[in-house]
Amino acid sequence: MSIGHTLLGLLESGPRHGYDLKRAFDEKFGHDRPLHYGQVYSTMSRLLRNGLVEVDGIESGGGPERKRYAITDAGVTDVERWLASPEKPAEYLQSTLYTKVVLALLTHRDAADILDTQRAEHLRSMRILTDRKRRGDLADQLICDHALFHLEADLRWLELTAARLDRLRAEVAR
Amino acid sequence: MKPRDGGLPPGRGRARGWAGDLAMGARFAVTGGREGWVRMTLTAVGVGLGVALLLLTTALPNVFTARHRVEEARYDYSFSGTTRPRADDTVLVAVTDTRWHAKDVRGRLLEPEGSRAPLPPGLGRFPAAGEMAVSPALRELLASDGARLLRERLPYRIVGTIGESGLIGSQELAYYAGAKGLDPDANGGVRVDRLVRFGDPQPTTEKTDPVLLLMVLVVFVVLLMPVAVFIAAAVRFGGERRDRRLAALRLVGSDSGMTRRIAAGEALAGALLGLAVGTVFFLIGRQIAGSVEVLGESVFPGYLDPSPALLALVAVAVPASAVLVTLLAMRGVVVEPLGVVRTVRPARRRLWWRLLLPLAGLALLYPMVGKGRNSGGFNQYLVTCGVLLLLVGVTALLPWIVERVVARLGAGPVSWQLAVRRLQLSSGTAARMVNGIAVAVAGAIALQMLFAGVESQYTESTGRDPGRASMEVSLPERSDAAAVGEAFRRTEGVRVSVVLSTTTAADKRRDADNLVDLTVGDCAALREVARLPSCRDGDVFTLRNPHYDSSYNDSTAAVVRPGRQLYLDPDGSDTPSLQVPWRLPAGLRQVPYREDALQNGANGLLVTRSALPAKALSALHGHVFVRTDESVPDAPEHVRNTAARVDATADVFTWTETEQSTRYTSLRTGLFVGAVCVLVLIGASLLVSQLEQLRERRRLLSSLVAFGTRRRTLGLSVLWQTAVPVLLGLLLSSAVGLTLGTVLLKMTATPVTVDWASVLSLTGAGAAVVLAVTLLSLPPLLRLARPDGLRTE
Amino acid sequence: MTPPPGSLLAAEDLRKAYGPTLALDGAAFSIHPGEIVAVMGPSGSGKSTLLHCLAGIVPPDSGSITYAGRELATMSDVERSALRRGDFGFVFQFGQLVPELTCVENVALPLRLNGTSRKEAERAALGWLERLEVDDLGGKRPGEVSGGQGQRVAVARALVTGPRVLFADEPTGALDSLNGERVMELLTEAARSTDAAVVLVTHEARVAAYSDREIVVRDGRSRDMERAV
Repeated sequence: MSIGHTLLGLLESGPRHGYDLKRAFDEKFGHDRPLHYGQVYSTMSRLLRNGLVEVDGIESGGGPERKRYAITDAGVTDVERWLASPEKPAEYLQSTLYTKVVLALLTHRDAADILDTQRAEHLRSMRILTDRKRRGDLADQLICDHALFHLEADLRWLELTAARLDRLRAEVAR
Repeated sequence: MKPRDGGLPPGRGRARGWAGDLAMGARFAVTGGREGWVRMTLTAVGVGLGVALLLLTTALPNVFTARHRVEEARYDYSFSGTTRPRADDTVLVAVTDTRWHAKDVRGRLLEPEGSRAPLPPGLGRFPAAGEMAVSPALRELLASDGARLLRERLPYRIVGTIGESGLIGSQELAYYAGAKGLDPDANGGVRVDRLVRFGDPQPTTEKTDPVLLLMVLVVFVVLLMPVAVFIAAAVRFGGERRDRRLAALRLVGSDSGMTRRIAAGEALAGALLGLAVGTVFFLIGRQIAGSVEVLGESVFPGYLDPSPALLALVAVAVPASAVLVTLLAMRGVVVEPLGVVRTVRPARRRLWWRLLLPLAGLALLYPMVGKGRNSGGFNQYLVTCGVLLLLVGVTALLPWIVERVVARLGAGPVSWQLAVRRLQLSSGTAARMVNGIAVAVAGAIALQMLFAGVESQYTESTGRDPGRASMEVSLPERSDAAAVGEAFRRTEGVRVSVVLSTTTAADKRRDADNLVDLTVGDCAALREVARLPSCRDGDVFTLRNPHYDSSYNDSTAAVVRPGRQLYLDPDGSDTPSLQVPWRLPAGLRQVPYREDALQNGANGLLVTRSALPAKALSALHGHVFVRTDESVPDAPEHVRNTAARVDATADVFTWTETEQSTRYTSLRTGLFVGAVCVLVLIGASLLVSQLEQLRERRRLLSSLVAFGTRRRTLGLSVLWQTAVPVLLGLLLSSAVGLTLGTVLLKMTATPVTVDWASVLSLTGAGAAVVLAVTLLSLPPLLRLARPDGLRTE
Repeated sequence: MTPPPGSLLAAEDLRKAYGPTLALDGAAFSIHPGEIVAVMGPSGSGKSTLLHCLAGIVPPDSGSITYAGRELATMSDVERSALRRGDFGFVFQFGQLVPELTCVENVALPLRLNGTSRKEAERAALGWLERLEVDDLGGKRPGEVSGGQGQRVAVARALVTGPRVLFADEPTGALDSLNGERVMELLTEAARSTDAAVVLVTHEARVAAYSDREIVVRDGRSRDMERAV
């Protein structure tokens, strides 16, 4: 995920302080990994340097000085370009799981066991996600679904592999 | 799916397209896999049964004609008042018909009187005295174990077989036996005629009685209507599966017109196969018909020959109506690519045109009310159309009534709720299922009424009371009545035997003016005729029969004077007479007539035996009245055997209160046979559609059982589901049947009476069919309602 | 082997053959009151047969099934039917609602089979339809509602008798993800609120994720993942 583009996108609705930005980011996107303040400030200074944001004003008083950032036209264009360009689909051709299965077969271990264990592990995660989804709001549901569908895809692969274990065993043994 | 050939003129192109669609449908019908074949077989067998019944019915008139021809050819009544003289070309025939349990045996004694004596049809040569030729059925019967008494009664040696030309049915029991010394002039006993040839001397085509004709017409309409309804139902067997297939066709691009024609093609194929199957059924049935007997009637296979015109009509009408019915049925259905949409809530059925049909029928029949048999015939077309419309009215009214009533049915147990809801959703299907039964029952009720009403006109009261005597044996003259009485008394199963002889006396030897009847017997016997205050052998009483008119009684009174000289068996005709002189004794006592006299026409003189001179005994014509012991089952057979032993030409008859015209009886029999066939047929179609419905609901039934529904509940719901529409159908058909019956009776100018017993028995038969169908569909229901149905393929 | 202590429904060493095909070959199962157990496995693995055996719909060829301490095999068909009416509830993939009855009548059906009066049964049915958010469908027939709505009606029907075990065989199999998800949410919520155990047969991981634990069936043999780990 591009943090810079995300922060730019958040600024589109109006100027914000760095602290606000972090809170908004965490709320909407940072479910698993909240942003560090340092990350926010280093990103913002990079964006400032590139002319994608500008300082809207500085508040001082009380604590540390707080800059308010606003997005520039160039920034809006940049966000637009980012959103419009497709992401490269992630490929997992060399996953650990595949390696484990093949190794198990080569060493005449029970590959089905590995698959079943993995499925149990996957399901455990899915249960937690499902539960969280149930309690959370719509944003939670969307993000959890994203994870759930990926996990499900893994599981589908597991099922298919389980169904093909015999053929795989024959090929590996050759 | 099929590119139209743009080069052809539109007319020819369309025709070719149509033919193509029909052919494709036909192909689907035969290439539909196992399921397709099952459906095809059901339809073919259903239509086949209908066609066979149609062919059978169309052959019926021919059966009547063929039998009538034989009857006429073997006719042996001389018709002349006087006996023709013996000659080289004459034969004496004695009618020695008898009965064996409930079956009639046609018997004739033949005595050829010269070398050119005519042979009856079916006979190659005359059997000699003591020999006989028998029909195949009688030969078989005589050879069977239980026929000992009959073998004793017909103690002739079998020397030949009567050919088909001499029999009216394959199962007719008949024999021709040779005899010696038959007396064509004898009084009493059976009829003996001297013939120069067999056959009706005046074969007039009997003018058909309009009432009988009316009945024949109605019988045909009533029998054929349900068959038509049945065929209509049969071509729709498996319709739901077909709909699904049609939907698949729509998906690959056939338009709705094509779909319709493809469906019609399927129906056509089914109907054509049905025609073939029906023909085979008919041919088999024809052979079977030759070896069975229904209610005492049998036929030869050769009699069952439908006329070519009717045959052609069946061959065209059945496929045509199959196509028509399919097209009509598809009107209420929209076949969409993704499935069949029944027009969800069909428009509420409207009453007015449904009422119009039966009312129009009544309107057609009404003008003929009161025409009776006297004022000319009925218009056959009006009668047929009227009856047809009334009965079609049943099929039109029933769906409306079922819909209305079912919509109002309310709370009840779960089985009831399931049934009622299903009926509410598809009351049309339910009504269609019972339409056939409703029409059959309505028609049969009307006919029963007509029969019962007309019965009085075709039934003669015999004036005999079976409680007084169960059998009567009429003996020819010159047999010893006393000895005969003794023979019957000793017969097994006879409780009482009474011998009453009759003769006539006159005041002159010949050309007498006044005659008097004599009834001769012992005192006990005479008491069966009149109330005797006292009686001793030698007494003579006078009797005035109140049923005779007074002038006759007066002429009798002129002769009956004490001490008067009379002549027994005077010469009154050209038969030889004895003319035995007898003087009336002095003491003549008048005795009152007994209303339940054994000898119905007793009148004049009651004479004890010893009051007559011995010579007079051979002028007596004896009657033996027998009361049998009902606990001896073969008593009547023993009586007949005794009679045959005493005199082969003794005439035996069983006392019944009424006698029916045989033509009327055979018509009634035909109706019963037909109604039974039709009801069984409809039962079969009910069963098929019931099973089909159950198969469709297999998954649902399984899941209902899974969550614990009792099988009893499911069974009951099936019962309600059929019982409710059937009950409504039977009520409606009773109403229509009674109306039609009333109108028909009014047409024949017969007082209207309702024969409730037959109404009940016919509706009962209809209900029995439904019950049987439900019972038969229970085992498959329970099998289908097993959890295996939950398994997904 | 004895069923784990405290289990409500347990099966040991089940075998069942349909003709030549062995549907179950030594499968075992157990569930505690209030527990939701997913039965997973590829199609044709014997999942549904296991469910049918557990519910007393089909008798196994051999093996034991105990419900609340009673052996199912020793019960008569009438007793098993009564058990299914009273203690068990069922949701299938499709084809389970009586098409002629309205939705509310369908839901009331199990109660009426148990002898509850029509009025009372339909009041209870309406309450359940409300809990499953389809009370507006009460007067409609199954043919007039969507697949998801129909499945909710089916869930209401399964729960209306207050069963102790709810058997669900691919309850979302014919639904899209969103509808399937909602049905699963409602089903598990309702089951938890009435403390009913749920035997959930599914081949979808996302559906199985609503369970507390899963049992995997493969080639007629079962594997309890929790006890195996």
